[in-house]
Amino acid sequence: MAEIQSYTMNFGPQHPAAHGVLRLVLEIEGETIQKADPHVGLLHRGTEKLAETKPFNQSIGYMDRLDYVSMMCNEHGYVLAIEKLLGVEVPARAQYIRVMFDEMTRILNHLMWLGAHGLDIGAMTMFLYCFREREDLMDCYEAVSGTRMHATYYRPGGVYRDLPESMPKYAESRYRSKKELDRMNSVREGSMLDFIEDFTKRFPSCIDDYETLLTDNRIWKQRTVNIAVVSPERAMQLGFTGPMLRGSGVEWDLRKKQPYAAYDQMDFDIPVGINGDCYDRYLVRVEEMRQSNRIIRQCVDWLRENPGPVIAEDHKIVPPSRVEMKDDMESLIHHFKLFTEGYCVPEGEAYAAIEHPKGEFGVYLISDGANKPYRVKIRAPGFAHLSAMSEMVEGHMLADVVAVIGTQDIVFGEIDR
Amino acid sequence: MMTNPSETLAARIEARFGDKVDRVASSCGELTYEVDKDEFTKIATALRNEADFGFEMLIDVCGVDYLNYGSDEWITNSATETGFSRGVERQPVILDEADEFDERRFAVVYHLLSIQNNVRLRLRVFTGTSNPPIVRSVVDIWNSANWFEREAFDLYGILFDGHPDLRRILTDYGFIGHPFRKDFPIMGNVEVSYDSDEGRVVYKPVTIEPRTLVPRVIREDNRYSADLKDTRKDG
Repeated sequence: MAEIQSYTMNFGPQHPAAHGVLRLVLEIEGETIQKADPHVGLLHRGTEKLAETKPFNQSIGYMDRLDYVSMMCNEHGYVLAIEKLLGVEVPARAQYIRVMFDEMTRILNHLMWLGAHGLDIGAMTMFLYCFREREDLMDCYEAVSGTRMHATYYRPGGVYRDLPESMPKYAESRYRSKKELDRMNSVREGSMLDFIEDFTKRFPSCIDDYETLLTDNRIWKQRTVNIAVVSPERAMQLGFTGPMLRGSGVEWDLRKKQPYAAYDQMDFDIPVGINGDCYDRYLVRVEEMRQSNRIIRQCVDWLRENPGPVIAEDHKIVPPSRVEMKDDMESLIHHFKLFTEGYCVPEGEAYAAIEHPKGEFGVYLISDGANKPYRVKIRAPGFAHLSAMSEMVEGHMLADVVAVIGTQDIVFGEIDR
Repeated sequence: MMTNPSETLAARIEARFGDKVDRVASSCGELTYEVDKDEFTKIATALRNEADFGFEMLIDVCGVDYLNYGSDEWITNSATETGFSRGVERQPVILDEADEFDERRFAVVYHLLSIQNNVRLRLRVFTGTSNPPIVRSVVDIWNSANWFEREAFDLYGILFDGHPDLRRILTDYGFIGHPFRKDFPIMGNVEVSYDSDEGRVVYKPVTIEPRTLVPRVIREDNRYSADLKDTRKDG
């Protein structure tokens, strides 16, 4: 019998299952992985250093580009850290809008994850289904901020503007009939909240569709059950957070345990796994989408009943409206100062953590009293997860590496920063 | 106020470690301690293992360079007859080849989380005067420190004694320097381009000039001073 020697294989950075620019150096014996050495940093842009050279508000847009499938959650972490240092009060309506968009972002992220994870291990249809629902949520992003992805919608003190009264509609085109157009626009006749409410009504049955395709699917289970099992002790030791930690059976969710924004007003459950394998993490994330849907629904109901300001009134931090600016000298001065110099944040340090779709996203901010941060450190959940890659794939087959990349929900924007 | 979990923790820490730890005042209710670098490993082990603390998770490790802490680029506390220029004068570059650093220049900041007690704790360790700066690694206490320490090494050049695999992580293969140090220019030192004559990618010194769009200013703001806080609240 021929002797099998171990050899080294290069995986990525140009590989469709590498979720961006992951380069993995794998030591393989036969088809069994002995060691994996991820090389990251191919997308390193120095976000933290760039943020040190800009006034606080100008870096909000960079946060969208960290984890580019859960944009508003990143912004939330950053503005929360600034608000902690400034000690500014955020109006209740803004808190609810933030919660609603955080949860829509969670669904956006989990849909992207489910589609890509499915595609990676052989379920092509998932990708198409998931992107169908993502489209509706991206339209909400567009309606509220003008862009489909990089919203820059949150501000220290609240959110940039109130929810719009109408949803953008599909235009006439020679490629679709009048009847088809009316059907597509039928849910977009009312306000944005009507559209979101309609979405929350349809979405549970969409999740049912995904589950019919995967949950009891023999191939899906063969690819995920008992793959990359992580015990709760190891998960904590390795710094896992979010669904990766809950999949191992640790009931830990910052939305419940250290609530921020309006999460203490919300009624929802934390799903946890039992075995800590890829299948359990899949189940946890799918259930999280259902819970997010519940939270969005509660926010929609609250926001309908309670109009009010969506950003703090303090004009040392928040620019006055343009109407005020046109006939009030003081407002003009505030406006000018804010857009040329920004605001100075009192000396100190703060760490703000939020329950990002991927885990704990934290922003550690040091201010020395200037109009720019002295140090911004972004704690990306994916960074800790990817560092455990070697331990998770050891002893598995080459094909399981792809399943592990999928289950870690890796996005390079946040890992490389 | 013993009901506040972080105050309870602070009392326990001070009872257990006494003057080995030094509490840093915080305006937003976060618990921070400065720890001597020689005592750090012992304290970290105790914080993880002892039931009073139970910090089973190390959330984050990050390097900080305090070189220009509290310095601004633009005078704001006096008036002139001619007005201020928006131009910024560059500060001289301090070379890393110095034999010794200021004692409070480099620090490593650790964020700990206790899931069983639901509290957070921040520890700061200054690296002392040595060049290169060095602290003891905590990888054997919390495995999650592995990549975070590699990152701090890559970006700040802080060495972690006892780290199993201290390589660069975020910067390019063959990168020179530690880009997040405050004396490393924001546009870097080299630029790359494709040289068609040589048929490969070549490195050259940067050709772009640094410029500052918004100068860094520190303004005295009475709204945040403790004695004036309640008397004047108009913003």
